[in-house]
Amino acid sequence: MPDTNKGLTVRSSEASDVALVVQLDARITGLNKADYWADMFERYGKRDDRYFLIAEDSKGTLVGFIIGEVRAWEFGSPPSGWVFALGVDPDTRLMKVGSTLFEAICACLTRSGVDTVRTMLARDDELNMAFFRSQGMMGGPFIQLEMALTGGSQGEAS
Amino acid sequence: MRLQKATRCALFAVLELAQDSERQVSAADIADKYGISANHLAKVLRDLARAGLVESMRGAGGGYRFSGNAKRVTLYEIVEMFEDVGRGLRPEAGDHSPIGQALNQVTTEIDEIAVSTLKSITLATLLKLMHRMAADGSLNLEDA
Repeated sequence: MPDTNKGLTVRSSEASDVALVVQLDARITGLNKADYWADMFERYGKRDDRYFLIAEDSKGTLVGFIIGEVRAWEFGSPPSGWVFALGVDPDTRLMKVGSTLFEAICACLTRSGVDTVRTMLARDDELNMAFFRSQGMMGGPFIQLEMALTGGSQGEAS
Repeated sequence: MRLQKATRCALFAVLELAQDSERQVSAADIADKYGISANHLAKVLRDLARAGLVESMRGAGGGYRFSGNAKRVTLYEIVEMFEDVGRGLRPEAGDHSPIGQALNQVTTEIDEIAVSTLKSITLATLLKLMHRMAADGSLNLEDA
């Protein structure tokens, strides 16, 4: 499926990319999660309707990745696309790596038959939230709720 | 969320000017286009100029011009110039009661979501949204 934008190439991930994704993610987050990314590749790099895409620059250097899939009927939602991982080499920021990856995964999801794409972000993740907003994403119809499990239940049995 | 009059004036002015940073527009033209008070707008434009977001151009054809970076300036930066948003709650009677504390937790959650939304939308993103709405026919142009 190669797709290019100003010297960038987007393609499906291969096993040999995993170590580079681990390195890039560690540069971005400061955490080395080798087992997590190996598991991600097993689960999302090899199956239909699941996408683990890699962006390379004109020299073939890995400069970003994005992962997403089609999910159906979670929380009552009809099948829709979910993007749940995006990483871009900080040295290539403002070079359209993120938007090229996002356009590519949206095209994949569209081909899979869905017409909505979602993601979820930390409220204070201003960089990524501004990015997804700039791509046209808006607040959706779902609200994420959570509670601490330590210290006992906060609700009453009904 | 209802924005105060000064905030809306500022957003209208900045976004109108940010559509084309080369274009100079008079305060009167902006006031007329958006149906807002020229006096009120003049004061708001002075605040925006002090913040470096617009600059006043003198002489024939003068007016105001956008002087910020539309891809960097967020709605939050404009809104916080004119109203308290996300700066924590002012102490009020009853805050320390159990009900007051629980209420504050809920209103803080609402504030945090509003701030996060405003901080994530740049002027360029909002203008893109406007163009997309125009392209897909979802703008009501009768009132424009």
